[in-house]
Amino acid sequence: MEKTISEKIISRHSGRDAGAGDIVVVNIDVVMAQDGTGPLAVSQIEKMEFDKIKNSSKSIFFIDHAAPSPKKELSNTHKVLREFSKKTGAAISEVGKGVCHQILIESYTCPGDIVIGADSHTCTSGALGAFATGMGSTDIAVGFVLAKTWLMVPETVKVNFNGKLNSGVYAKDLIIYLISKITSDGATYKAIEFAGEASDGFSMDDRFTISNMAVEAGAKTGIFNSDEVTRKYLKKQGRENCYREVTADGGAKYENVVDIDCCSIEPMVSRPHTVDNAVPISKLDKTKIDQVFIGTCTNGRLSDLKIAADILKGREVASSVRLIVAPASRNVFVKALDEGIIKTLVESGAAILPPGCGPCVGVHQGVLGDDEVCLSTQNRNFKGRMGNPNSFIYLSSPAAAAWSAVKGYIADPREVLSK
Amino acid sequence: MTDFSVEKKILKGKSFKFGDDISTDLIAPGRYFHLRSNMGELAKHVLEDADPEFAKKIKSGGFVVGGKNFGLGSSREHAPTIIKIAGAGAVLAKSFARIFFRNCINVGLPALICDTDKIGEGDLLEINLGEGTIKNITKNLEISFSPLPEVMVKILGDGGLAEHVRKNRGFNL
Ligand code: SF4
Repeated sequence: MEKTISEKIISRHSGRDAGAGDIVVVNIDVVMAQDGTGPLAVSQIEKMEFDKIKNSSKSIFFIDHAAPSPKKELSNTHKVLREFSKKTGAAISEVGKGVCHQILIESYTCPGDIVIGADSHTCTSGALGAFATGMGSTDIAVGFVLAKTWLMVPETVKVNFNGKLNSGVYAKDLIIYLISKITSDGATYKAIEFAGEASDGFSMDDRFTISNMAVEAGAKTGIFNSDEVTRKYLKKQGRENCYREVTADGGAKYENVVDIDCCSIEPMVSRPHTVDNAVPISKLDKTKIDQVFIGTCTNGRLSDLKIAADILKGREVASSVRLIVAPASRNVFVKALDEGIIKTLVESGAAILPPGCGPCVGVHQGVLGDDEVCLSTQNRNFKGRMGNPNSFIYLSSPAAAAWSAVKGYIADPREVLSK
Repeated sequence: MTDFSVEKKILKGKSFKFGDDISTDLIAPGRYFHLRSNMGELAKHVLEDADPEFAKKIKSGGFVVGGKNFGLGSSREHAPTIIKIAGAGAVLAKSFARIFFRNCINVGLPALICDTDKIGEGDLLEINLGEGTIKNITKNLEISFSPLPEVMVKILGDGGLAEHVRKNRGFNL
């Protein structure tokens, strides 16, 4: 049978010839939980009466969502994770190391792997050609102790990115556009395979942004072929030896094929309170903003910070706006320091946070006031997401975020890039 | 974790209606992140941003009834767990987000896919889990719901995933 990428990876991990709709038990390569979901996973492991984990070097707990801890209750849950890791040998990623998905792609995920994580954006690793998906704490607890999970093999939607991106338009605009087309449940239970001539030219950072947001269309995973771009990325991380070729068969069956003409896409913005409530920025009424946040597992990588810094260089953030920047990982932070990117951002008026989730999930560091408006490079804008149900979140690319921070309202980055 | 038996359990109670796209941020808001280690407390805030009075109303039982794509967003298992702890017997929706649906089964909260347009706020419902039917007593209507995949029935039958794996020392699906 000709197979999609997901069918191939799942077949290899289940020892069966698996096709869409089959239910299988698979071996997993990487399993993780973060500080919001990990403590519950630990207590479920205890409830299941296991005291060992199966594959400790690829079982990781991340302290990234509330890091450094703003409250004693959270400090105590962090202690639970540290103690459990000491007891079982599970890896722990400490305060300041970065967002879980970023560390997975830097140091753990290999093409062809199955990765499961107690975090919905685990699909980010799909950009490396892995079958990567989010689950709840109990499923992940089982993953820790058995190095197995059960899966229904998903049907696949193929998305072809055709043509070339215009200046001022980024991977973030493409994925927001796609979600607005197929809606927030357009790919529920399905895998998305990203392909097309444009996607061959995407950098890994572009691919990470796109795979990261597959779940915002309900998808189980968002996956790319592995290719030379993937290999080069792994080489840079000192992990070239884990490169594998992962591609779909020519005759694979797709549930649906979506063609996107990249040349016709403009800079996009998602409006409150759903990601699919999106329009081109050029069609948005003038929207004043109080806060801009650049960071997260969606857009906190080096190229994102560089795009923002290039726009902010020699300019100042509007006096009515707070600009907050959180590098996605320590590696990103160090490189951004080396390249002078952080200096440029700080000089323009940005407040820099330690690597981690920052204000994305409303726990600390940049919670919005009543009626305040934030433009963020994160992946979701649900009511209350940034800690206040009486505030409003818009989503965009780092370029649009940086330019808007200067203007004081949501602005089209083509205004500055075409100058 | 649960005494949910798929065979003949009949649940009865009032409906509490919500709209489409009820996110896990609405069900278990991030600003209560620090209460995740204390589910009883967290449950007092369940769905608070959609209906501030909901936790009080659901105390004496009933059903959460949503529209399409219920539970979209994060993987936090705390979301279905606190719906259950707060007192709801089941969640009914036209469709569910994937992780939320899987989490419901794992924690033993029945998640039923059905035409919720046939249910109004406060309607009295009688759900027969074994037969796959919902009786809307107020409107005198019968509504069917899609049966669960067999693996999920097994997990539910064992009282949730943790209990399934504890008993079998692995998967027995
Ligand atoms: S950055 Fe935001 S979306 Fe990404 S893992 Fe952290 S909280 Fe989740």
